[in-house]
Amino acid sequence: MGHLHFEFREGSIVSSKSLVEICFHGRGGQGAVTAANLLASAALQDGNKGVQAFPLFGAERRGAPVKAFTRIADEEIHLRSEIYNPDIVIVLDESIMEIVDVLKGVKEDGKILINTRKKPRDFEFSKQYHVATVDATSIALKYDILVGGIPVVNTPILGSVPKILNQVTLKSIQQVIKSKWTGKKELGERNVKATQDAFDQTEVNF
Amino acid sequence: MTIMMDTGNRIGAKAAVMAKPEVVAAYPITPQTTMVEAIAEYVARGEFKGEYICVESEHSAMSACIGASAAGSRTFTATSSHGLLLMHEMLHWAALARLPVVMCNINRVIGPGWNIWVDENDSISQRDTGWIQFYCSSNQEIFDTVIQAFKLAEHQKIVLPVMVNLNAFILSHTSMPAEIPEQQTVDDFVGKYVPHWKLDIDNPITFGNIIGPEHYYKVRRAMQEAQQNAKQLIPQIAKDWKKASGYFHGDLLEYYKCEGAEHILLSMGAIGAESKIAIDEMQKAGIKIGLARVRVIRPFPAEEIRKLGKQADLIIIDRNISIGSEGVLFNEAKAALYGESEAKATGFIAGLGGKDVTYKDIETMCRKAMNGSAKKQEWYGMED
Repeated sequence: MGHLHFEFREGSIVSSKSLVEICFHGRGGQGAVTAANLLASAALQDGNKGVQAFPLFGAERRGAPVKAFTRIADEEIHLRSEIYNPDIVIVLDESIMEIVDVLKGVKEDGKILINTRKKPRDFEFSKQYHVATVDATSIALKYDILVGGIPVVNTPILGSVPKILNQVTLKSIQQVIKSKWTGKKELGERNVKATQDAFDQTEVNF
Repeated sequence: MTIMMDTGNRIGAKAAVMAKPEVVAAYPITPQTTMVEAIAEYVARGEFKGEYICVESEHSAMSACIGASAAGSRTFTATSSHGLLLMHEMLHWAALARLPVVMCNINRVIGPGWNIWVDENDSISQRDTGWIQFYCSSNQEIFDTVIQAFKLAEHQKIVLPVMVNLNAFILSHTSMPAEIPEQQTVDDFVGKYVPHWKLDIDNPITFGNIIGPEHYYKVRRAMQEAQQNAKQLIPQIAKDWKKASGYFHGDLLEYYKCEGAEHILLSMGAIGAESKIAIDEMQKAGIKIGLARVRVIRPFPAEEIRKLGKQADLIIIDRNISIGSEGVLFNEAKAALYGESEAKATGFIAGLGGKDVTYKDIETMCRKAMNGSAKKQEWYGMED
């Protein structure tokens, strides 16, 4: 993601030289919106002046497919429209790929990060796209990061992001997580450890 | 100074609390809910010392604000869409009674055809109530405008209620960073509220009594004069806030790359921010086009738009429609030009019902207007 110009839409280069657009896919309750927010906050901490995080606007229900977005740039972001051509797609729930085309609109040099036990080469589209995988569910279980007995993968998987995106550091992600859980310090610590595991265990095909 | 990375609603709530209203009365409605929830959190943490009144409807919310304001308190509320419409009678009341209530309205579609997404028909339909109306385009602007709104509303030359509008979800639920000044900076800027009049048991007066045809017009005329005063005071207060905080988002309009422009785009709200990218793209292609983002629709910036009409042809995007007429910004901009300018005005209705409007869409509208292939006013992206 370090290069200077991104093709945004056909025949047009967006004003910001460094814009990165990220799309999270998950199910209602998995924390896709929180993940998008935490990532934007971490990016801000890393000195990216323009950051934005937003859900796909509409009614949200537990278990239903949910989308959330993060934009990161080195200057103020004037975009207010949705993201149609993401640079990075993050899939919190592998099963979502059976009902949602997560590759829709992804840029040619785009990257797909998936919470799965599989390896990048196990995905057919890894021939076309950069694919990264991490078993965030097992990491969440290991650190007992559960809501209502269900593993929550949104914070663990953020640990994999610095592996595929230069603009954000693991350190900032961990700081942001710590400050979010200041009231529950011990839980915050477990989340931080989970991001470290995710970082270490991320596999990429590029 | 700290950076707050949060949604437009929560940043608006922060500004409202920092302005230290004595009374907040509100009723929740999507997508305003998280704003009043945030204020309730400040109450729970003991950081908001004012009275927070949970009422049973928006009509009551505005009525409670009116009562509190008439008793000499600084007041704030927030609503959206149907909630704003339910307040309609009391919006007139607050303005006619000259009560400087400040309110955030989250622009949401009106049903039926149930829809929680953005368009501006809710607040645009309240434009004749006497309220001053701002439209924001970023979270920083929401914070700064709410602070400026208190200063403006309570100014002795204004004494009118002020509505700060932010687009549903695109701003209300989108996290962006905003710089939050020290409390002292806000205290010094907004100052202590000195009521123009109030219900006071030590100095009893009657208010709201019958006034006949020989006097009533004076009430309306004084409101009109106050709105005219706002045309000077809004730029002045924006300038003063820049001095205090470093932030400036324009006065009645925000001019973006208008120098030497032969075409000027007028747009509002979130489309106003997205428009900047469209302008950059077209300028890169050698087109002489600039943007005048309308921040304030009441008072209507007629003189400023007339001035733009002397320089350039105008392209106007409305995220609203006055059914049976046309987009309100288009309509009023043309009225401003009448008899004073030969400028061509082309209007577009876009983004109704929350339909996304991208910078490419904005560029397409502008190019259609410039090459003469657009009708005088047409619906964009909603042709089917």
